[in-house]
Amino acid sequence: MKHAVLVLACVAGFARGEEAVGTSPVPPEMARVEGGEYLPMFGDRDQPRQVDPFLLDRLPVTNAEYLRFVRDHPKWRRSRVSRLLAAENYLAHWTGDLEPGPGAPADAPVVNVSWFAARAFLKARGKRLPTEDEWEFAARADADRADATRDPAFLARILAWYGKPNPPVLPAVSNAETDLRGVAGMHGLVWEWVRDFNNQTVTGAARNDASLDRSLFCAGGALSATDAANYAAFMRYAFRSSLEGNFTVTNLGFRGARDLETNINP
Amino acid sequence: MKPFLPVLIALASGSLVAAGQTTAPSETEDVPLKGEEVAILTDPPNVPPPITRKHPTRVTVELEVTEVVKRMADGVDYTFWTFGGSVPGKFIRVRQNDEVDFTLKNHPSSKMPHNIDLHAVTGPGGGAKATFTAPGHKTNFSFKAVNPGLYIYHCATAPVGMHIANGMYGLILVEPKEGLPPVDKEFYVVQGDFYTTGKYGEPGLQGFDMEKALEENPDYVVFNGAVGSMTGENALQASIGETVRLFVGNGGPNLVSSFHVIGEIFDRVYTEGGSRYQENVQTTLVPAGGATICEFKLETSGDFILVDHSIFRAFNKGALGILDATGEPDLVVFSGQKKDEVYLPEGGVVQAIPSDSRPAAAAATKEERIAAGKIVYGANCAACHMPNGTGVPAAFPPLAKSDYLNEDVDRAIDVVLHGLQGEVTVNGDKFNSIMPKLGLSDEAVSNVLTYVYSEWGNSGEEVTPAQVAKVRAARK
Repeated sequence: MKHAVLVLACVAGFARGEEAVGTSPVPPEMARVEGGEYLPMFGDRDQPRQVDPFLLDRLPVTNAEYLRFVRDHPKWRRSRVSRLLAAENYLAHWTGDLEPGPGAPADAPVVNVSWFAARAFLKARGKRLPTEDEWEFAARADADRADATRDPAFLARILAWYGKPNPPVLPAVSNAETDLRGVAGMHGLVWEWVRDFNNQTVTGAARNDASLDRSLFCAGGALSATDAANYAAFMRYAFRSSLEGNFTVTNLGFRGARDLETNINP
Repeated sequence: MKPFLPVLIALASGSLVAAGQTTAPSETEDVPLKGEEVAILTDPPNVPPPITRKHPTRVTVELEVTEVVKRMADGVDYTFWTFGGSVPGKFIRVRQNDEVDFTLKNHPSSKMPHNIDLHAVTGPGGGAKATFTAPGHKTNFSFKAVNPGLYIYHCATAPVGMHIANGMYGLILVEPKEGLPPVDKEFYVVQGDFYTTGKYGEPGLQGFDMEKALEENPDYVVFNGAVGSMTGENALQASIGETVRLFVGNGGPNLVSSFHVIGEIFDRVYTEGGSRYQENVQTTLVPAGGATICEFKLETSGDFILVDHSIFRAFNKGALGILDATGEPDLVVFSGQKKDEVYLPEGGVVQAIPSDSRPAAAAATKEERIAAGKIVYGANCAACHMPNGTGVPAAFPPLAKSDYLNEDVDRAIDVVLHGLQGEVTVNGDKFNSIMPKLGLSDEAVSNVLTYVYSEWGNSGEEVTPAQVAKVRAARK
């Protein structure tokens, strides 16, 4: 099932001519996201942000993939990880250090992982976390449109997921909705870490950062938002700003990104 | 900070009198803080016991945020976000000048980060930023309860409207240091408006509808988080003679409540939950994000109905609760219906009373028929024929030991079905009056006549619905 989705998605990608000439081939597990301008939820509304083209994992990282990582990197096992890098509930839903168990099916997204852990995982694979801008830019897409955020039905679907309780066991990543680039599960599966999760609205550990007040509490939230009716985006920004780097959350996973490598042959 | 400013201005202008008028020293003086305790928290409609200590203390409050699927109405569920598992959240009761050590725990299964803004807190955000808590975390801060009063608390995480719309609010009472006057019963009632993907009553698990929330067009306006949260067996219970205090909040997110209790006049209303009260109030406004304290003595018994007097909300959206006051009614305070006479603007013809469309459960035995008939009699007949069937001399004929009644059952049925006009002789006395056509069902007629025949020395005849139907058909 997963395989079939990937193949179709690749075909779709080629058909849309997203494979630019002059770049290295896109790895099969990733999709190319053409960059562009976008207006982030918070920021100067006269100053759209430029997002450069980048590669994004088609799927979030699964328990099976994460298990291989902790096998190879013992210091990231649950019993050994530093508390500075991952809080007590790191991989709390796994049965043991190397046994994900029934609460963490192999093909479900891995959750209860810290930002530090996600970074280490991706670094070992030559990847990185997407930036908040990259993630938000890519997440505007649905199956037909690169930017569906003007469609109230699209936002309502996302919001409906945010309003539902977490299932006790997360579903397989392959069941997630796929967008026109072949990127699946950006909405409706798990929250995802971004590289600068605390960059936009909170700086460092400063919970009393003044911009946080303006951005995220009560009606203040509406003042600096570019689209006060986009509740779905509000919730992602609010969620991210509640986090610190060693936090782990039962429905927070991640996926990888990579810069485009320009094909410079000597 | 605020109290100092007028004092400084007063000193600068050399007017000590003005300074004295600005702050009454007795209001701010208090005994030193002593000891510590854990706050008793209650779910609606219950209120923690009054605070009896005469000094401020260090109070520990722990609230757990959970996202739970609960009943909104029969057959309708909703994913509520709660402070402590219920809507509204736990009632918090502290004393003025208490130092509150507050911990907010966000359950690991939560999808959202949450926080709490307590309107009782003096300080930026009311605690919101100090308690911004990711799922599976807990945060702590402390505050001094400077101002007495009844205050709303709510989640203030963006988008705040949605967090409130999902039920994240409750009340915190800061008792003044002299305490509140003692009452017999205290209850906790909070109104909220809800925006569901389906219309009112549409069954199943309903999602939050953002469009309806933005348009401020709720499907549900309810007390304590659900339709029927305070009706039937959940009705608030009190007794005649008791004094009742309602702590009423309005979580909103959008609507202002015109809070009213049908059949009661509030003896005292601490407007907006503040320190002064207005007396003899019928309906009081409770703003979204605000509260009020209503007190009243139950001078008689019966059902008193809590409503938002923006009345379509009560009738069609659920904003209805019942306070059941038990005891023998005081008929001087309220007699109940004494008379229902036919009003005859057009002169004397038999009038029809609109029929009661509620289907009555069929009586299986004569005993059941008599029991049901007694109720019908009380509602339709007793006003004229009197509760004991004696009638009123020269006005309404007696039913007790009535020759007219006992000598012809079919005639009696006909009279109940179609009314009666003109002179009749009953037990030797002449009556010339009009009895209206009552519009009762066959079942109800058979019940009421069987009851009447079973009482007051009458024949004991059982009248069946079939007999009634026959008489009804004969006239057509």
